[in-house]
Amino acid sequence: MRSLRAGRLTYVVLALFTAGSLFPLVWTAIAASRSNTRLAQTPPPFWFGGNLGRNLQVAWTDAHMGTALLNTVIVAGTVAAGTVFFSTLAGFAFAKLRFRGSRPLLALVIGTMLIPPQLSVVPLYMLIAKLSWTDRLQAVILPTLVGAFGVFFMRQYLVHALPMELVEAARTDGASSLRVLWHVVFPAARPAMAVLGMLTFVMAWNDFFWPIVALTQNGSPTVQVALTGLGRGYIPDQSVIMAGALLGTLPLLLVFLVFGRQIVGGIMQGAVKG
Amino acid sequence: MTDETAVLSPSAVGPKRPAAEGGGRSGRDGRGQVWRSRRYRWDLRFSPYAFVAPFFLFFAAFGLFPLLYTGWAALHQVELTDPGSMTWVGLRNFTRLWDDEFFWNALRNTVTIGLLSTVPQLAIALGLAHLLNYRLRGSAFFRVAVLTPYATSVAAATLVFVLLFGRDYGMVNWALSALGFDAVDWQNGTFASQLAVSTIVIWRWTGYNALIYLAAMQAVPGELYESAALDGASRFQQFLHVTVPSLRPTIFFTCVVSTIGATQLFGEPLLFNGGAGATGGSDHQFQTLGLYLYEQGWVNLHLGRASAIAWAMFLILLLVAGAARLLRGRKDSR
Repeated sequence: MRSLRAGRLTYVVLALFTAGSLFPLVWTAIAASRSNTRLAQTPPPFWFGGNLGRNLQVAWTDAHMGTALLNTVIVAGTVAAGTVFFSTLAGFAFAKLRFRGSRPLLALVIGTMLIPPQLSVVPLYMLIAKLSWTDRLQAVILPTLVGAFGVFFMRQYLVHALPMELVEAARTDGASSLRVLWHVVFPAARPAMAVLGMLTFVMAWNDFFWPIVALTQNGSPTVQVALTGLGRGYIPDQSVIMAGALLGTLPLLLVFLVFGRQIVGGIMQGAVKG
Repeated sequence: MTDETAVLSPSAVGPKRPAAEGGGRSGRDGRGQVWRSRRYRWDLRFSPYAFVAPFFLFFAAFGLFPLLYTGWAALHQVELTDPGSMTWVGLRNFTRLWDDEFFWNALRNTVTIGLLSTVPQLAIALGLAHLLNYRLRGSAFFRVAVLTPYATSVAAATLVFVLLFGRDYGMVNWALSALGFDAVDWQNGTFASQLAVSTIVIWRWTGYNALIYLAAMQAVPGELYESAALDGASRFQQFLHVTVPSLRPTIFFTCVVSTIGATQLFGEPLLFNGGAGATGGSDHQFQTLGLYLYEQGWVNLHLGRASAIAWAMFLILLLVAGAARLLRGRKDSR
């Protein structure tokens, strides 16, 4: 690894990149704290106004943001927990257990990543319509409960992080697969499980294409679906729309603030081994 | 085998057998041991399948079945209002697409927006990763900061950029006019609107790709740089002749992933329309294939035609993947 010390110019350019990355988010908050009339004037506002409380309240009631946020927490939480659990099971099997057909099965898992979601959206919709699941949360939870990325991610991690001797020692002690899973695999996999959980949570929180097909604003929408409803008023109040966007983004920004380093590490780890 | 049956047969063991306590216990232990060892072998043989089963079960129900059924639905007339009744129409959905100018328009837009977003995105990400690879004070902060757009949803990001790109009061036009340029109609100009939509994609994904490049850069052996430096290569030359070639597999990987992402572009063009529906602008100027599929299926209620679009998208992806493979193969054999 090279460790050239960064020059002053590097810091300047990086600061510009950082500003570009953060500016739209900061400006969301600025616009959310202004009024619609102020947003229809030039120059655009560069600092916070006093309307944040009112806009948040209107967004909260108009778009039922409270329900939408709760729905999103349920969806993203369940999907993240399910993905982590099932991916750890499958990742462990692919990484450390010998069984007939494991190589072609793993290739199949990776192959499924190449299938575009659009390809299954029509039948999936027909399926949930038949089950009367439209507008229900299980319609967006179940189809995304497992994912090839998670299986692959856990496998790559466990190949290196779980010493085979540990598994064999537990086996010699007569431990069943379930006991091995509980007492050896889960503890060893914990860091990767945390990272995968956060990555999945972010993805599920931000998912848009399938939720907007399966859920409407009148049923039980996720935040992303509720946001599209805010924009459809007779005269859309931009400051309220921005307040809604802020409500939908803030929880994830908090997650990033707390776990940012781990998420960065997880993405980089997945990149090297993937 | 005979031993096993002997031990397991009820007459051979069991509490009723008149024997000393010790003997009885050993018999019971023997049976338990065999049972245990059999269970152990079953466990070894079948639990791997049990562990991978959930993935394949869910995939079969929500991945494979829909995939195949889309092909079937594409050969039928199906309406969203009554998805249960299907009328066989053969290839008519596909022939209609062939003559459908909106389909070709959407395909063109998808390619243009894909190029406009992917090429700058990956180029910027590569440069950004190079900077992040220096020994930096506050490197963790910079990494998290450039990744924050990834935490923003398509919906929230697009709604903000709609405002920033507003024709009359948007900040981008305000800045342009402050610099002495004319204001641009970002929502109605064909190229302008496609550029604006691409900007949203670039903003959200550059930091993510930069981290992937950074990870690959840190795996490049330092000796390569040392020998390049000994040969008198400048930092920029080292970047061009050491870093970029070492990263070629990663660059290829991100190109594939971004291309797949670009063909699926949906949320940005849907919401950039300012609530005007799925047309992708008043003149369909930024309607992508993904959006056109949604319009056909969920606005015009033709699920069969939507399925045909889905399969057309898939075939286009396969063509692109095949072309990339050919290109790559030629490069490798050189």
